[in-house]
Amino acid sequence: MIEAINEALDVMMARDPDVIVMGEDVGYFGGVFRCTAGLQEKHGKTRVFDTPISECGIIGVAVGMGAYGLRPVPEIQFADYIYPGLDQLISEAARLRYRSACDYIAPMTVRSPFGGGIFGGQTHSQSPEAIFTHVAGLKTVIPATPYDAKGLLISAIEDNDPVIFFEPKRIYNGPFSGYYDKPVEPWKKHRDSVVPEGYYKIPLGKARTVTEGEQITVLAYGTMVHVAEAVCAEKGVEADILDLRTMMPLDIEAIEASVKKTGKCMIVHEATRTSGFGAELSALVQERCFYHLEAPIERVTGFDTPYPHSLEWAYFPGPVRLGEAIDRLLSE
Amino acid sequence: MADRPEGQNKPRLALHVPEPKFRPGDKADFSHIDIGEPGKMPRPDEACEAKDTLPLCYDLIRVLGDDDKAHGPWNPKLDPDTLRTMLQHFSTVRAFDERMFRGQRQGKTSFYMKCTGEEATSISAAMALASDDMVFPSYRQQGVLIARGYPLLEMINQIYSNKGDKLKGRQLPIMYSSRDHSFFSISGNLATQTPQAVGWAMASAIKGDSRIAATWVGEGSTAEGDFHSACTFATVYNAPVILNVINNQWAISSFSGFAGAERTTFAARALGYGLAGLRVDGNDPLAVYAAEQWAANRARANAGPTLIEHFTYRAEGHSTSDDPSGYRSAQEREEWPLGDPVTRLKDHLIALGEWDEDRQAAMDKEAAEHVKATTKEAEKNGILGHGLHHPFRTMFQDVYEDLPWHLEEQAAQAKREREIKWPGEEPWS
Repeated sequence: MIEAINEALDVMMARDPDVIVMGEDVGYFGGVFRCTAGLQEKHGKTRVFDTPISECGIIGVAVGMGAYGLRPVPEIQFADYIYPGLDQLISEAARLRYRSACDYIAPMTVRSPFGGGIFGGQTHSQSPEAIFTHVAGLKTVIPATPYDAKGLLISAIEDNDPVIFFEPKRIYNGPFSGYYDKPVEPWKKHRDSVVPEGYYKIPLGKARTVTEGEQITVLAYGTMVHVAEAVCAEKGVEADILDLRTMMPLDIEAIEASVKKTGKCMIVHEATRTSGFGAELSALVQERCFYHLEAPIERVTGFDTPYPHSLEWAYFPGPVRLGEAIDRLLSE
Repeated sequence: MADRPEGQNKPRLALHVPEPKFRPGDKADFSHIDIGEPGKMPRPDEACEAKDTLPLCYDLIRVLGDDDKAHGPWNPKLDPDTLRTMLQHFSTVRAFDERMFRGQRQGKTSFYMKCTGEEATSISAAMALASDDMVFPSYRQQGVLIARGYPLLEMINQIYSNKGDKLKGRQLPIMYSSRDHSFFSISGNLATQTPQAVGWAMASAIKGDSRIAATWVGEGSTAEGDFHSACTFATVYNAPVILNVINNQWAISSFSGFAGAERTTFAARALGYGLAGLRVDGNDPLAVYAAEQWAANRARANAGPTLIEHFTYRAEGHSTSDDPSGYRSAQEREEWPLGDPVTRLKDHLIALGEWDEDRQAAMDKEAAEHVKATTKEAEKNGILGHGLHHPFRTMFQDVYEDLPWHLEEQAAQAKREREIKWPGEEPWS
């Protein structure tokens, strides 16, 4: 996935001279996760550069660059550290088009590694997507495969609205089944690791069908897509697994069609439960598929605690938690 | 609190909470402020090292003296026509502020903010910039729009949130935006515009453009983290930007001491970042012009960013929602040692033999009549809450470039509500 992200940035920098990549350690060093490796050497220091350690500054100058007419792609090193930039994201980037009646726009893509499963403790594991889906004017995108990562990132960079692009760092190097004690499988064995060269796009707002089935619908994104797929396969459940890919805009048609087919819905995310994005998904399914539901909607999420270090695998929504929810759904 | 061992024989610590010198009822006396002699400050080369501006960060650059004449190396030597144009903008913004304040009291709008006493810090500064230099203002730089020839009608339409409002009634009054006038959309969130201005200036430098950026922020808002970010990024990338700090002594009810003014100047902060710093008499239109021009020349020559502290006084309340008699001495305005910028420019032109009181009276009358006539014109488009607003559907537009499905659904809901409320009427009007 790292190479796919790097390629997306490279492709867009070559296509559009207004694309600028910046962030802490992204320049000479190529990023702490190597996502921007080689870009500065290829595209020059004024297009790929290191920044001071100031998330508010990074997002703030990106808003100004967007007002000038550039298409900045700032990186926040960890999603856990995006909070100092929130005022600029929520009060400025998200509202600029609206408040200026299109005088100014903020066509920026904020890339940030997110999610847990790497013993990152409290400040290298968080999944704060619900903070952003709650903000009118922002789009939120989370890829689950290398193929999607490249195609969605290219779409995000070309999009004229500000996009929060969260990269699940647990699956940077390979998919994750949820069995943390098994060796990591590299992406090259996975069907969605084949990434075409050059330019291609995956539209924002369209979910991906991971597996098709009649028994239950699973709504997931990021790392949890792979966990859900592994658990369903293991249990022999024929599930309609939807990788949502973008939270905003949301592919409501795909969700409705699937739940109306299966009558049962499980929502899975790493983020804490209360007021998480799962609550929005659950409410939408309840409102729109009420007469088709054969069982209460299940939300399988992280617990409502800060992300722990030593008890990571007790916190992470793994096979046991998903399995229980599936059993409940199937017993109805 | 935890118990600590007794008898350590150390002095007790004491928290210092700043307190302004004068509160309501006090006699104001500003004799402690050293305003310095006009003309005495040196004018270093615009490409100088930032640290060479140290003396300019603690004193005041002043040009106009008590004799109403221009003194010293900072005299921008403007021709009388330019000075008269500046005076005309002063006259216009003052008439505009008076009328709009009254409009708020008459219920024609919800809110207004005057810039009385600070006219030079926006108008004189803007006149020293090129018309396509990008400005990132706060909410008290209506003078920039007026100096750039933005139509008063558009300003009033915005203030009235009427059907002529280019911002479609979405923004609180005075939060103007005009791309055509290189005037950035004003935000209610303080100091956010400062790193944005730096980013715009960085973009101009990335593209090899020749335009620079300037931003304005009040002294109170310099306490925001964004201001620190702006200064850091400006210096790191040598961004072609001017950071104007308008030190008008008051942030609503908090005096400048709560932003750190008791122990240093705002200009002096520049040095810690490696920015050039200038501290000017903000009520001296010539000094403001000269400082802004110096900083613009410096930025344009890739010599670096500048922080300018404009030392001035907020002569009126913070806004129409504020009553300054609740926290400061009513005498302060008349005792303010740097006078009134409009009077000082007028007296200078008179001293030059290029103006007189009759012409001033005529100019002020004409400005007041122009504002009044434009107000009447704007009222044809409606005033706040009288039905002449943008169509309801516009509420949902421009959140995103395209309307997503959930906003389509919510727009349909709003339409139904309109049909229930006013049957038979066009629901989207």
